[in-house]
Amino acid sequence: MSKTLFVPGHTACAGCGQSMGARLVIDAAGPNTIVVNNTGCLEVFSTKYPESAWQVPWIHSLFENAAAVASGVESALKFLGTKDSTNVIVQAGDGGTADIGLQAISGMLERNHDILFVCYDNEAYMNTGIQRSGLTPFDTNTTTSPIGAQSTGNVRPKKPMPEIAAAHGVPYVATASVGFTQDVQRKVKKALSIKGAKYLQIHVPCPLGWRHESSMTIQVAKAAVEAGLYPLVEYEYGKLTAVRQIQPKPVEEYLKLQGRFKHLMKSPEEIKKVQAIADSNIEKYGLKTQA
Amino acid sequence: MFGPLISKPGSSRNNKTGSWRTETKPKLLKQNCIGCKMCLLICPEGCITGAEKNTYACDYLYCKGCGGCAAICPKADIVMIKEESKD
Repeated sequence: MSKTLFVPGHTACAGCGQSMGARLVIDAAGPNTIVVNNTGCLEVFSTKYPESAWQVPWIHSLFENAAAVASGVESALKFLGTKDSTNVIVQAGDGGTADIGLQAISGMLERNHDILFVCYDNEAYMNTGIQRSGLTPFDTNTTTSPIGAQSTGNVRPKKPMPEIAAAHGVPYVATASVGFTQDVQRKVKKALSIKGAKYLQIHVPCPLGWRHESSMTIQVAKAAVEAGLYPLVEYEYGKLTAVRQIQPKPVEEYLKLQGRFKHLMKSPEEIKKVQAIADSNIEKYGLKTQA
Repeated sequence: MFGPLISKPGSSRNNKTGSWRTETKPKLLKQNCIGCKMCLLICPEGCITGAEKNTYACDYLYCKGCGGCAAICPKADIVMIKEESKD
């Protein structure tokens, strides 16, 4: 592990959760991997021309078509007869996954290409200045869902992207969090051992957009899972097969760590709404540890 | 040829991002280390290396000083020290 495939010198912010996630994924996948990366923070900070932080073949595509490009790469490898020894991984941010790239992902999942799609979910378009995306949670303060006298932030709940992927009936869909590093690597290895289309969504805190100290990235990621706001689940062929059980903590423990939820600290009724989202997750997935 | 091509893998090492540090840098005390690898796993730069306990080291040429390693160390064997400190 001391030899990483994602080397230093990239230009991510200090404490970047996405660069932690990217290293965990590529080191778990190993050197026989082709990475397709759509536009986003990861693409910008890891491949500042004429330099690259990657030690594996890497191709940049547009925002909307990373999954389609990867489908082509996978088909070419199949034709050459080398697919079985090569992993194909698509990496995208939450905007490139849930908003702009959704149709290409749906096509990739539906055709069941042998590809692992990894979504680094930092819950907004961080690269362009913290605009809300489909995966931005309820009541988040972003530059396009600002708080004010008439607004408490983002008005819509998070898009259920793992469920959308699982509804395609693909062999493996999972969520993970950089707060649980071994769990991320286990899920990547499990996904790559399965033939067919796989979807993995990793929760990656962004110190800049979430407004927390750079040293708190892991603490914030863990708090989201422990509050029930980011359930760690696994689906196989559309069926829920595993969840990480927790002793649920109040959502304030997670919200108070971040500047993007600072406005909620003054309105208990809004915190109740966020708590209701966590409670419904806990009930829906059976997250609570049975004593 | 299409698009800009980068033929040298890992060439971002030319970018010495250590100059980004502003106030503090991590100091690995190498006293109570149990070799759990958490600092190595979570370093966003990947600039911590090592394999056995008490052998982990930080490459200050790249460390941006986020403090994640000091926060996660279960034995508090990593501390953040002032940038000017000699050791």
